[in-house]
Amino acid sequence: MSALLEVDGVTVTLPVAGMQQPVLRDISFTLGQGEALGLVGESGSGKSMTARAIGRLLPPGAQCEGRISFDGDDVLAFDRNALRRYRTNGVAMIFQDPRASINPVRRVGDFLTEALCTNGGLKQDVANDRAADLLDAVGIDDPRRRMRQYPHQLSGGMLQRVMIAAALLIDPRLILADEPTTALDVTTQAEVMAILDTLRRERGVSMLFITHDLELAAAVCDRTAVMYAGSLVEEQRSLNLDSDPLHPYTAALVQARPDITFTHDRLLAIPGRPLSAFEAPAGCAFGPRCPHSEPACAEAVPPLLTVDTGRSRCRRLPQLRGTMGQKSAEWL
Amino acid sequence: MSILAVQSASPEPVEMPTSSAGRRHRVGVGTWIALGILVFFMLVALFGPLLVSTDPSSISLMDSFGPPQPGHPLGFDGEGRDLFARLVYGARSSMLGPILVVLISTLLGGSIALSAAWIGGAYDAVVARVIDALFAFPGLLLAILAVSLVGPGLLAASIALSIGYTPYVARIIRSAALQERSLPYVSALTVQGLGGTSVVLRHILPNVSGIIVAAATLSYGYALIDLAALSFIGLGVQPPASDWGVMVANGIPGLLQGYPQASLYASACIVLVVGAVNFLGDRLTEAAEGGR
Amino acid sequence: MTLGRFLLGRLIALVVTLLLASLAVYGALYLAPGTPISFLTRGRTVTPEELAAIKARYFLDEGFLSQYGHWIAGVLHGDFGTSIIGKAPVLSLLGGRALNTFMLVAFASIIILVIGLTVGITAGLKRGWLDRTLMVGATGAMAIPAFVAAIVLVLIFAVNLRWFPVFGAGDSLSDRLYHLVLPGVALALASVAYVARLTRAAVRTEADSDHVQTAVSRGLPRGAVISRHVLRNAMIPIVTVAGLTIGSLIAGAVVIEQVFQLNGLGSYLVQAVGQKDFPVVQAIVLILVAVFIVLNTVVDVLYAVLDPRISAGRQAA
Repeated sequence: MSALLEVDGVTVTLPVAGMQQPVLRDISFTLGQGEALGLVGESGSGKSMTARAIGRLLPPGAQCEGRISFDGDDVLAFDRNALRRYRTNGVAMIFQDPRASINPVRRVGDFLTEALCTNGGLKQDVANDRAADLLDAVGIDDPRRRMRQYPHQLSGGMLQRVMIAAALLIDPRLILADEPTTALDVTTQAEVMAILDTLRRERGVSMLFITHDLELAAAVCDRTAVMYAGSLVEEQRSLNLDSDPLHPYTAALVQARPDITFTHDRLLAIPGRPLSAFEAPAGCAFGPRCPHSEPACAEAVPPLLTVDTGRSRCRRLPQLRGTMGQKSAEWL
Repeated sequence: MSILAVQSASPEPVEMPTSSAGRRHRVGVGTWIALGILVFFMLVALFGPLLVSTDPSSISLMDSFGPPQPGHPLGFDGEGRDLFARLVYGARSSMLGPILVVLISTLLGGSIALSAAWIGGAYDAVVARVIDALFAFPGLLLAILAVSLVGPGLLAASIALSIGYTPYVARIIRSAALQERSLPYVSALTVQGLGGTSVVLRHILPNVSGIIVAAATLSYGYALIDLAALSFIGLGVQPPASDWGVMVANGIPGLLQGYPQASLYASACIVLVVGAVNFLGDRLTEAAEGGR
Repeated sequence: MTLGRFLLGRLIALVVTLLLASLAVYGALYLAPGTPISFLTRGRTVTPEELAAIKARYFLDEGFLSQYGHWIAGVLHGDFGTSIIGKAPVLSLLGGRALNTFMLVAFASIIILVIGLTVGITAGLKRGWLDRTLMVGATGAMAIPAFVAAIVLVLIFAVNLRWFPVFGAGDSLSDRLYHLVLPGVALALASVAYVARLTRAAVRTEADSDHVQTAVSRGLPRGAVISRHVLRNAMIPIVTVAGLTIGSLIAGAVVIEQVFQLNGLGSYLVQAVGQKDFPVVQAIVLILVAVFIVLNTVVDVLYAVLDPRISAGRQAA
């Protein structure tokens, strides 16, 4: 699989109280054509900021270093026209809250076909036909009627299907899905996720799937990367996350998950609170909350180690490997 | 695999740093300056006339448009009255008159709004319609109508203006109180058996007090302008009594003859105070909205 | 709720509000000290015929609601009574003055819409020094009452520079417009600032909104994003604010006409108050309030037309 997207050493800083503070530190990963990569982390870990950096949607004042290449082109160096071409048929985004992310005063049909007509130069009726077909594909009944309605007349789940249809409509090569199901209720989540996953696979579209739900990411993505405090701490095949976590943070996330088959006296929690990148201490960001940390962990930011099955930012990985997967009493 | 969310272990997720977050609660230099201007003019209005011995109404045609001289730091107007004394005495009606308007409209609007927000239902619907109907009367027109009934003067005009302002105040407080009422903690208090009055007075009122103070501050500025305008067109404070609005109007003949001092000094006082009040009102609104 | 039902509701509310307002204006007569007849004549010596005419006009021998009924019926037929001072039907005294007031308010409204929206949209779209400068200026301008703006403009442009006339309304149309420049600017100044600030806030809110970010992420040209998403949505609050602000000019015009001695409804109102000519006061207040109410209703309707969340109803899934 050749890499469609390569993110290499990306660091993003934002102005806070007059100073540029880091929100992303040295993020690197690749995503192949047709592949799905999960990006998992807590609020403020920088996962959404990573997607924004790739979509060139960073907030004003943000500075971005490193290299992002899409199909060999340097995304960060795009001029206005190249950026428009990139967004026209290269990358499509799906956002968390469809109700906020779709213009409330324009019809659903206008939203769907706007990019096709404005950027693709399609005639309105051709665009309408294609939009109606896709609405049908994402499971919306009577698509023509829905297209004449306004967003407030559709449910949240339906709107997110509209959003997915709008993203697929431009035949993108990459979809950046930023917590696409978080705002929906649980049963709708599963339906919407299944539709997104199926349609994406059918069309061979790559996907960067951002979520705080480790299991969901593992279920729909080939590989999963875990972020903590603006850094990528581990990345490997989704299958092995449970049995062979490569970073104490991932191990903690796996263990903090309630288990249906095993009853605990109480739920396991990670001590301390998650940090944002600009609060991170010198050395390993997870150090202060890590049961395995030792003084040397606080000295320098650990490098991203490549091992046989993936990558990890834990300098003690060689010693800890294989011991982190089990449920241990240490967390109680 | 089941879809179970891995929730963050922390009860309070850390928010992304944004550039505005740090700025919100810092009290800037502008706020201090505005507060200083307002306090200064309030003190002048309250105590100035006790300290200035010159009679603001004493006419001396010899001094008509006279330049500043010892004891008369700003010179004289067309009738030879001391401008400094007139500004200081004028501060009384100009600065204190609007307070009456703010008090009445806030009390009236606040109680209407809070009761409507709490009782809800048909009562709230009626109140909302009455508020809309009262919007039909611009405050200044209502004040002019009142003056036409009882004759020129500040009292009737102020009361009429208060009624004109009430719907604006009521609408702001009502929407804030309705928003507050819909918060889960209010249901929790009701479930715990707390009575409506004590929920409104002990919980909702304190939480919307920021909005009330901000609205009152802004309406002080508007009331100052409207009362000064009323005096300016001759329907408010009556000459020879001094008022900034009266001074601006009385100064017009001088202004046309090349002696604009009287009008300009009084104008400057109005603009300074209203500017300071508006600035504070904006900051208070930001703080009240940011804190919610 | 469909647009049709909404319009019907607004229409009914409009009629009810107009009736309530007219009742208040008429009832004000009874709030005055003394009896209505002594108030209406107030110390003037009136002939028995005049007294009878006033009594007949106000139906003072009948009950209050019946009096009001007769009065409002007269008003609806254009009969606002007779001026006590002018000794002529009030309506005949108002015509030309109403035109002067209308021109002043229309002129100021154009200034507010053109400059207020331009400044607000510019400041909303361009972050940085220009935005900050414009908003500092607008905040300052909001503190300037119309009559203060008027005397400062007169001082600079009429007394010192002699570019514009000090007072008066002018004769021909172009002369009238020329005479309206200073009053129009004075009347508009604070409102321009207010509209500019709220326009900026509305534009900024939309520009920062998630749905505009979606539009940007889809590679739409900047112009399309601004016109179809930012301005289209910001228009909803802007129309409301601009409309209500223009309504408030009706009261502001009273003061400005007084300063510039424009012979309009406002200066006539002040004059009538001074002369205790209550039929004129009543008529002018009623007309100004009615215009204000109608304008507010128009604004409400425009709001609903612009915002499908109100007009398109909620026939959800």
